[in-house]
Amino acid sequence: MMTVSKTYRLEMNLNGSDVRLEVPASATLASVLRESLGLTGTKIGCEEGECGACTVLVDGEPVDSCIYPALKAAGRKVLTIEGLARGEKLHPVQRAFVEHGAVQCGYCTPGLVMTAVALLQHNPHPSEDEIRRAISGNLCRCTGYLKVIRAIQEASKAG
Amino acid sequence: MICEDYVTPSSVEEALAILASQQGAGRLISGGTDLMIQLQRGERNPVRCLVDVTRIRGLDEIKLENSHIVIGAATTFARLERSTVVRERAPVLAQAASWVGSPQIRNVGTLAGNVVNAQPAADGSIALLTLGAEAQIANLTGRQWVPMASLYVSPGVSRLDASAEMITAFRFRAHGPREGSAFERLARRKALALPLLNVGAYVLLDAEARQIREARLAIGPVAPVPFRAQQAEEALKNQPITDAVLDEAIEIAVRESKPRSSLLRASKEYRQELIRTLTRRALQRAIQFAQG
Repeated sequence: MMTVSKTYRLEMNLNGSDVRLEVPASATLASVLRESLGLTGTKIGCEEGECGACTVLVDGEPVDSCIYPALKAAGRKVLTIEGLARGEKLHPVQRAFVEHGAVQCGYCTPGLVMTAVALLQHNPHPSEDEIRRAISGNLCRCTGYLKVIRAIQEASKAG
Repeated sequence: MICEDYVTPSSVEEALAILASQQGAGRLISGGTDLMIQLQRGERNPVRCLVDVTRIRGLDEIKLENSHIVIGAATTFARLERSTVVRERAPVLAQAASWVGSPQIRNVGTLAGNVVNAQPAADGSIALLTLGAEAQIANLTGRQWVPMASLYVSPGVSRLDASAEMITAFRFRAHGPREGSAFERLARRKALALPLLNVGAYVLLDAEARQIREARLAIGPVAPVPFRAQQAEEALKNQPITDAVLDEAIEIAVRESKPRSSLLRASKEYRQELIRTLTRRALQRAIQFAQG
């Protein structure tokens, strides 16, 4: 027997614009971003809140969007990787990742960048320990952490 | 994951009424960091209606009321970790909160969610047991405070009737002068890893800060439910703070705990050694805190 999920209206502020759409009761924020809104910059890795590839900011705080019910985002501000650059101008964290080669396969990168953006908003000049702790929920299987840390340090100087 | 309805009640009474109307097919969701995974994997009975309690006003507040700290059920670990009153007057809980999951999980996961999952090594449960906390249970007949220890039945099973009841708050006495607590934990990684062992210790010292008047020790996972090492606590009561006293209490804690070998965690023998090491560290740090 198939159970059909009712749809609910979801209104949220996404990357600075108000959006309104119908989502199934059980949808995750990651699936809505990727499948309903076409924002595939948010990656789905483990689908169980372990790897952080799906990290987006909700009201400025990093969350794992793969286990975050989409309807929790109602009335909130959601920021994804697509919302960082201003036209062709990259966000300082994105630029620092490029300049430091803090990207190998790239799958974890959007999540790491979002986590770093939130860190620098709360703490513009973090110590290396604070950076390591902040990114502890973002796994990189290419083992590229050192360059990521250097990039975040660089971005903190720029900011 | 399949469910038909997602509702966000604005009061506890409304949440309980919805649960009742669902006759067992409704389920409370708070942060959802465990529940969403269980539902996606099909590990839970089908849920027709998710009842999101995180928009209930006041359910995420941390309050100091007279000598008690009262923590709303839907308080996230990130808030516990940062709360000044928790850090200063219940450090074991702030320290435990800082170990849960990852920053992303702590931004969403809540204390009551951690407790009702009833895992024997839940960091939140171990800290609350250490503090001698009580939980406030609400159902359609009213609200009552019950001791934390009465909540746990077996791994993953709490005494709460998920179709009719919810936890609304936790409360415990805030530390005063000559009281201290601390949390210790070892896992395979420093983040995003289940504890091989975790220990919470609380002490109340005498006026000269040379004797232990009272102690509480909680250890996980060394039993089917979060465990209070009560014989070891008894051995510390009204004893001077000496190596001999601590050594003896720690050996008692090892004897009364029943850690098992687990591929996920470690061997029984290794974990017994961890009880020694972590209980000693937790007690020493709790005593240090109490001595100011």
